[in-house]
Parts: sequence; structure tokens; C-alpha cells
Amino acid sequence: MSKGFNKKAFIKTLALLLAFSVVQLLIRFNIISYYYQDILARVCINIILAVSLNLITGFTGQFSLGHAGFMSIGAYTCALIIERVPTVYGFIAGVILGALLAAFAGFLVGLPTLRLKGDYLAIATLGLSEIIRILFINLDSITNGAAGLYLQRRFVNWFWLYLFTVSTVVLISNFVRSSHGRACISIREDEIAAEAVGINTTKYKVIAFMIGSFFAGVAGAVYASYNYFIEPNLFNFSKSIDILVVVVLGGLGSISGSIMAATVLELISSFLQSVAAIRMVLYAVLLILIMLFRPGGLMGSRELSVAMLTELRKKAIAWLKAMPARAVHAVRSIAKGSGKPGDKSAGKGRVDG
Amino acid sequence: MKLLEVKKLTKSFGGLMAVSNVSMVIDKGELVGLIGPNGAGKTTVFNLITGMYSPSSGTITLFDGEQGKPIQGQKPNKICNAGVARTFQNIRLFRDLTVLDNVRIAMHRSVKYRLLSCFVHSPGYRSEEQRIIDESIELLKIFNLDGKKDELARNLPYGEQRHLEIARALASRPKLLLLDEPAAGMNPAETAQLSEIIRKVRKLFNLTILLIEHDMSLVMKICERIYVLDFGSVIANGSPDEIKSNERVITAYLGEDAIDA
Repeated sequence: MSKGFNKKAFIKTLALLLAFSVVQLLIRFNIISYYYQDILARVCINIILAVSLNLITGFTGQFSLGHAGFMSIGAYTCALIIERVPTVYGFIAGVILGALLAAFAGFLVGLPTLRLKGDYLAIATLGLSEIIRILFINLDSITNGAAGLYLQRRFVNWFWLYLFTVSTVVLISNFVRSSHGRACISIREDEIAAEAVGINTTKYKVIAFMIGSFFAGVAGAVYASYNYFIEPNLFNFSKSIDILVVVVLGGLGSISGSIMAATVLELISSFLQSVAAIRMVLYAVLLILIMLFRPGGLMGSRELSVAMLTELRKKAIAWLKAMPARAVHAVRSIAKGSGKPGDKSAGKGRVDG
Repeated sequence: MKLLEVKKLTKSFGGLMAVSNVSMVIDKGELVGLIGPNGAGKTTVFNLITGMYSPSSGTITLFDGEQGKPIQGQKPNKICNAGVARTFQNIRLFRDLTVLDNVRIAMHRSVKYRLLSCFVHSPGYRSEEQRIIDESIELLKIFNLDGKKDELARNLPYGEQRHLEIARALASRPKLLLLDEPAAGMNPAETAQLSEIIRKVRKLFNLTILLIEHDMSLVMKICERIYVLDFGSVIANGSPDEIKSNERVITAYLGEDAIDA
């Protein structure tokens, strides 16, 4: 039993290492150009952001509009540390401290605001991230105000991006599958029932909020070091919305959905960068289409798994096999054609009569 | 030996006295019924005992041996962890989760690993998770639900949803189980099956049970003692036979005509 599990974990680790090495080699030999490296970096940062927000909004069901605020705490902490200690150790310290500070902010904010529900919580978290942003604008002496901070060196490379992204995904999905994670999910499902079976709902809301904020801080720190430059307005309301869109599109409560949506949306917006106006329109259309046809997001609350893929394959095969029969049926009904609408109206007449 | 003592419990919503001056004692191992006409305040009593509401006045004491501990006004999760579990009148399952998950969540109280160890799935973590799964399945077997453990709770037929809710309540290993209309919406065959199950789990888990029920055949058959509520106050308390012949109960609960009949 435990042997089988180890084998599975071993294969997973191997696959992760392989994926890392392949991309690393491709970068080394310049097959992945600078342009695509840039996209890759932004995909990774978006994945961290989306997965961490999914823990708060998708799994625990607490609608937060302030994720960019926690991200900015990580970003500024890391940038300020790198400014003083411009080495890779400074960067690592920046990521850790930034994440911890973001988690602490999450704790401070979570305690009072998580008593609120739905729209009220959304507004409170939105207000909070604006407060953080305005603080950064006005703390001139530390943050250089609205002008922002410039960093001389970039420490983030593919290794760090991959490390932080994979750790975020692995740690959060491990958490979600544990008993503590299930406690969070039960809050989303039915808060009253959760309390009745002994779940301390306030505690688990705050825990989810802190873990989510922690990884938002990680994303912010990585972003600051990657981007050379940060300013408060990078972390405004619309950044929070961007992250939320990824989570909703991917599916509330699906980590693999968040990863897919983060990747797809980043690719779309990168390829449409030259036509920024159309980009926003396309974004909106995509959102509307998803909400119409898959209201639960791309993946709903399911995860991508081998079982799901085989099921999908079966369905696809069945669909293809039924193709000729359906075509014949379609041709026939067209051949009958004009009779059909008439039939319908006749039926209606009978009912009315 | 006393397990639960309710003293002069009162709850008012604005001007409405939903529960007024209710006192009751439940001994360890008893199966007690709580009946009364619609709107008598039965569910409010449940909500007060389980901490969903905090009382306007009065005390609720839960005994552990001789030691009594006041639980009124505490949060529901604390009361659950003190050993009081409940089901709901309108089933409140985690509808979009599997049958197994519904029970596993309620076992949270007994989980031994710490928050940090769930990020890295250590061997200790894994054996603990396996224990939770095994115990959950054991529990589901009692209700014949082990074959459906991977189904979503919402897809179960109504009767099985009721059963699952009782299983979930038992997963927190309570001393006192409160059942709020467990037989509501069931046909006679299902009700008979339910009373079998209640008897079985009571013996198996050494439970004390308080149940609200409108189905008199069930109440009279399985309850040892019955409290009757009307307009928020206890109007009678006694064995099923005493209650059956109590005139005040008959008028209040069954209507004036019942006496003539």
C-alpha cells in the first residue's frame, strides 16, 4: 500500500524535475526566446496568485477583492530588502519576509472582516487593499511614493519561478486535501452545518485567509524582483479583479482550473498586446461565454485527473462514433425540412384548443 | 445520572416568547422525545442547546460524570466538541461533497496531526488520514451507505440523506444526539427502518438521544420519556402512556376533537 503511494510520488517528482530540466535546457540554448521567457514568468506569477486566491474564494468561499493588496506587501518588502542587500540571499530573505508580512496582514484584516459575508466582505477587502496602496503612495520616505522603486538587479530566473510556483501548488493542494482543508471547504458548503459538526469557522476562515495572503506575498516578492520596478498603482483594484477573473474562469475550488486559466489568459493577453483595446473586449466576451456555458468555470470544482481524462476520451470516442448516425439524422430532418415548424404550430393549436 | 439539565430557559425574539421558562432534565442513556404542535418552540430549544441561538435567560448544563459545565451561549462548534451533536429539520448536508467527505469533515475533532504537517504529507499524516477513512466507512456501514461513499450527497435519495445526516452527527462521537424530525417526509416502511437504526446506534455508541418528531407512531414506540411543548412552555412530561392520556396534551396537541373521539 505505502509502496504504491511512494511510487506515485516518485513518478510525480520525476515528472516535475523533467519539466524543469527541459525548459531550463530550452532556455539555455535560446530556443525559448526572451519574449517567451517573459510570458513564462508572468504565467508563473499568475498561477501563484490565482491558486492562492482560489484557496480563499474557491475553497473556503470567502469572496475577497483585496488580493493585490497582499501581493503589494510582499513586493515592497522584497524590493526594500533587495535594495539594501542586493544579493540572492537578500532576495530569498525578501520573499520569506514579504510572505510572512503579507500573512500577518491577512491575519490582522481577517479577524474583523471575516465576520462579514458575501458582498460586505468583498467591499471590506477591496477597501483594505486600497488602504495598503494609498499607504505605499504616502510613505514617501520608505517607498518613494507614487514614483515607485527601481531595482538594479534581477534575481528571479526560471529556477526560482519554477520552485515557487510548484511549491505553491503542491503546498496548497496538500492543504486542501487534508482535514484542515476539508474544514475550509465545509465552510463554503454550509457554514451553519460546519459549525454544528464542530468546525471553528472563524478560525478556519482566518487560516485560509492567512495562507492565501502568504502566497500572494510570495507572488508579489517574485514579481518585484522579476520586474525591476514596482509602483503602488500596479497593485490597484483592477489587479485584484484580474486575479479573481482567473480564479472564476478556471473554476472556484479547482487548482488545476486556476493553473489552466492563468496560463490561457496570460497567453491571450500577451499575443493581443499590440491591440490592447480588443484584448479587453475579448476578455469580456470570454467571461460572458464561460458564464453562459460553464457557470462553474472551466473545471467547476473538479481537478484534472487521469480518471477525468479517460472519461473525456470515452465521451469523445462515443461522440465521434455517433457522428455518422447524427449526420444521417440531420440530413433526414433537413429533407423533411419545411414540414417541421408546421408540425410544431399544429401541436400548439391543439393544446390551445 | 444527569447528562443535560435545562433550567428556566427563555428565548424571546422581540416581543415574541419563542421559549419561556423551559426546564428539562435528560439522564444518561435515555431516549427522550420532544413533541408539540407546529410553532411550539421545539426547534428553538434545539437551537438554544446547540448554541445556534444564545438564550435570553436560563441555563443549560452538560454533565460529564458528576461535573456539570454550563454551555448556554457558547459557539456551536464548542458545544459540538463538548459532546452534543445534532441533525436539522431541513437536511443540511454538504450537498456538493461526497458521502465520505460529509462524514470525514465531522471527524475533524479527532484529527491528531497539526496544521503544518498537512502541507507535507508525512507518514504520520497518511496513517491518520487512513484511520479517518476507515472509521468513516465503518460508520457508513451501519447505515448501509458504505457502497455509496463516493457519491455526492445531493444525489442520494431523500431517506438516505436523512441517514447520512445522522451518520455525520455521530462522526463527532457525541454523548448527546439531538434529532430534529428525523422521520419527516418518510413513508411508514422508511420510518420503521429509521427507528431500527436509532435503536441500533443508541446501543452501539452508548448514546443519549433527544428527538423532535411529529410522527406519533415513532415517538410512542421508541421514546422512554416525552416532553410536550406548547407556546414555548412545557405542558407535560412523562412516559408515552402518561402523555397519551394527558388531557392537556390532547387538547393542545391533537385538538379538542381528539377527546371526543
